[in-house]
Amino acid sequence: MHIAEGVLSAPVLAIGGALAAGGVGIGLRKTEYEKIPEVAVLSSAFFVASLIHVPLGPTSVHLILNGLIGLLLGWSAMPAILVGLALQAILFQFGGITTLGVNTVNMALPAVLCFYLFRSFITSDKRAVVLVAAFFCGAVGVFVAGLLVACSLFFTGESFLQMARMVVLAHLPIMAIEGILTSFCVAFLRKVRPEILGVNK
Amino acid sequence: MIDEDFAFGNTAIHRLDPRIKIIVAAAFSIVIAVADKFPVLLTALPFSCILVAIARLNVKAVLRRLLIVNTFIFFLWLLLPVSFPGKPLFSWGKISITREGIIYSLQITMKSNAIVIACMALLSTSPVFSLVHALHHLRLPDKLVHLLFFCFRYIHVIQREYLRLTNAIKVRCFEPKTDIHTYRTYSYLVGTLLLKSSDRSKRVYQAMICRGFDGTYWVLDHFDLRAKDLVALSVMLLYVLGLALLQWGKIL
Repeated sequence: MHIAEGVLSAPVLAIGGALAAGGVGIGLRKTEYEKIPEVAVLSSAFFVASLIHVPLGPTSVHLILNGLIGLLLGWSAMPAILVGLALQAILFQFGGITTLGVNTVNMALPAVLCFYLFRSFITSDKRAVVLVAAFFCGAVGVFVAGLLVACSLFFTGESFLQMARMVVLAHLPIMAIEGILTSFCVAFLRKVRPEILGVNK
Repeated sequence: MIDEDFAFGNTAIHRLDPRIKIIVAAAFSIVIAVADKFPVLLTALPFSCILVAIARLNVKAVLRRLLIVNTFIFFLWLLLPVSFPGKPLFSWGKISITREGIIYSLQITMKSNAIVIACMALLSTSPVFSLVHALHHLRLPDKLVHLLFFCFRYIHVIQREYLRLTNAIKVRCFEPKTDIHTYRTYSYLVGTLLLKSSDRSKRVYQAMICRGFDGTYWVLDHFDLRAKDLVALSVMLLYVLGLALLQWGKIL
């Protein structure tokens, strides 16, 4: 979820910007030059995937997949997500220059977290472990992103408390969907191309 | 959706050096995002609107983009006036709408719209590749510049790939519903998309190596800063500086 321009307070924007700069810096240092095309094309794939709307009862939600991005890219997820968000800001003004940092941290930090939490389970030989870990990877990615969005709003002003609560609530159904999709997707990748998840055949 | 609808035109704004547009857009966004005085916000909106008018953007398309931003703002209007502490204007039982809450919501609405309209006029009126090129000149780290170039270059390719896959599932009578079959189908679709992208990126890289890629990007078109660009830069930056003075100077 994007926070629009002009909503957050200066300290929140500044902290978001600084954290994003640090995280992207680490991400870039860990991304070698020969990896750049892969990270870039995968981030275009995630950009396109985020335009997919999945039906949920009478409405539909769009995919975020930040757990899966983290799983595949690790720290490189930081610059990958930054690039995606920057393009969205330029192409259709979802988010903008001042919120770029906050939005990047909100989406990419959970991605990196998921990498550290779940990567070792995803490479497990037991199918059940992989499926469950992948479910939680997708769910945790979205949930932490929702929490961070809520925090950004709350630290802007306490009157945002209700809005922040609604943001977290709205993320609960998305959590379930992202969990299911990530689980199936990881199972698929394990079957078709285990190397992409770091599994040696 | 991912087409650069506003990027091609032949107005003064379209011809402006992208480096200047980025600098002005950043300065304006930052000042307005932090500002909170109404005179400042009221002076900022015409700046954005004048730029859109000079760029002769399609009014319908501009409004459509504004609608998306304002749906988020709309939710703020539902919640903020009720929860903001201050002098109540109306009250029904426990719920009361405060004057301060309304003022705050109005501020956010004006800030948000001013920034978005300015960015439409300044950023969306250049092709993404020129903007990235400009960012390179503005000292963005090389790796980030490469990522932006590649990512945007391949978004259209991957999207065609995606459309081919959705056509394939459509001709097999797939209808999205809220069920496991739908979710499984979408996950396999995403998985296939990721694999195809990964494979493609490897081929691209090999092709680059074959053509002697050594980490340097050669750009074929170069920017040249003309007197007109500098005048435009000074005028716009002065306006932004004026806004900043109005906010923090001791004028008001």
